[in-house]
Amino acid sequence: MPKAGRLATTLALLIAVIGGVVFAISNLTWQPTTVAFTAGPGQPVNVTLQTVGAYGSGIHPTWVSYMLRTPDGRWEHTTMWQVPAHTRVNVTIYQYDSGSPLRNQQIGMVQGTIGGVATLNGKTFSVINANVGNGVGHTFSMPSLGINVPLYGNNANANLCSAAPCTTASPNNVIRFSFWSPGPGTYPWQCFVPCALGFLYGNGGPMQTVGWMDGFMKVVA
Amino acid sequence: MADGRSDDARHWQRIIGLWVVTSAVADCLYYFLAGPHIPPGTMSNTADGAQFDFNVLIIAALPVILAVWIYMGYAIVNWRASREGPEPVGGPRARSNVPIQTTWIVFTTVLVMFLFGFGTYELVQPGGAGGGEGPSPIWTPASHDVLPIQVIGQQWKWTYRYPTFGGFETTDLVVPDNTAVAFHVTSLDVIHDFWVYQLGVKADANPGQDNVAYTTPQQLGSFVVRCDELCGLWHGAMYDYGKVVTPAQFQAWATSTERQLAANTKFLPPFAWTYTPDANGADGGLYPDNEDPYSPVEIYGAKQPGEPLPSTKK
Repeated sequence: MPKAGRLATTLALLIAVIGGVVFAISNLTWQPTTVAFTAGPGQPVNVTLQTVGAYGSGIHPTWVSYMLRTPDGRWEHTTMWQVPAHTRVNVTIYQYDSGSPLRNQQIGMVQGTIGGVATLNGKTFSVINANVGNGVGHTFSMPSLGINVPLYGNNANANLCSAAPCTTASPNNVIRFSFWSPGPGTYPWQCFVPCALGFLYGNGGPMQTVGWMDGFMKVVA
Repeated sequence: MADGRSDDARHWQRIIGLWVVTSAVADCLYYFLAGPHIPPGTMSNTADGAQFDFNVLIIAALPVILAVWIYMGYAIVNWRASREGPEPVGGPRARSNVPIQTTWIVFTTVLVMFLFGFGTYELVQPGGAGGGEGPSPIWTPASHDVLPIQVIGQQWKWTYRYPTFGGFETTDLVVPDNTAVAFHVTSLDVIHDFWVYQLGVKADANPGQDNVAYTTPQQLGSFVVRCDELCGLWHGAMYDYGKVVTPAQFQAWATSTERQLAANTKFLPPFAWTYTPDANGADGGLYPDNEDPYSPVEIYGAKQPGEPLPSTKK
């Protein structure tokens, strides 16, 4: 091979290696945006989430995901949020996905919320029997705080939203509940329904990825 | 030659004397000062057994360590080459010393064989050693009054079913003091590991498997439950706390919790040793594994969910 050819090959390989390293580092160090919620003294914070059965775009268009609404009303693809310590957190979840029987009906119970209840489309409930009706699509669970809220599914035969962010024009269930934020710290939360379609036992992909069905609640003083 | 033998005898008397005294002192210091604090403590009979085993192993190991160190130190001090003397070139004693080699081989062989026998005995004593024994335990507790608690692992938390109290399922692990407990450990998804460090219990949680581990709590207090098998994104967050309470407190807690959770218990699948999740990804049905049917009525005299609440344990 001529000298120029060897040089070009070497440069191309070098660029490929550097590009690969940069790509790997940028992917490994990437994390979803953290949305901060603030509240005045004695005031609650209001956190609004939605679930979508398929994100619809990006590198994982088929993945199920949570989304978070920022204080200024934008839907952000993140599951990382920050609240003040010892503050009432009012959570509203727009559930746009279908449901199924639960692998473990234990998570069909509402636990850890104020009053031990939540509301589904305005109606108070403490347990959902996932074996009847539309079943449960997802849960909002924070095990370290003992919080678990099942999210009733939508009719799978309805014209469900399949591209985030969904709007209330699509079939949805609205689940509301409240809890008190603990002291400062970082608390993981997740969906406990193995809802990763296409993965063995539904446990891979979005179930194992922060920003999709897992996230952190950061509590600051 | 006679002087050489005399020197040898004197050296050995010093070495052995030093070794016996330091070993006795070290073993006594260890046993009385450190022994009671060696993990995992004495919160249960299995933890107590593990602590005893660790102590025996260390007490046996200390003289061996000291023998090496003392011999090495003695040799460095007494037999080192002097600056003015000739370079050490070895000799018959450096090449082979049959009495020393024989003593060493016999001593360590006896010690290892003792530890093998001791460890085996400790492992198979009644109730096992707190490890998972699989679905058909060989080493069961002497007591016939065993409280069964099913431990269910899933990504990423533990839940517990109490078949003798209507099969309710809770995130709280509460066990009675001075009562033999059988943990039936299983998983709904991947492999987890149920590790209750302070109780000296450790058993893999495999999907489709019923892994039984026994213990008998003997101290009141709280303990930590951890997953000890890397199981996914939040393996590190898969822990919670349990507590040992008096039998009366346990009875009150269990009957009260059974009543509180009755609204959900009636929707749980029938109690089974293992559960077979639907493998179709997002469809999450949970079914008793028919390959290993379970009858809590026959085995533990339990009632089934939906039956009247009991006033007392069976």
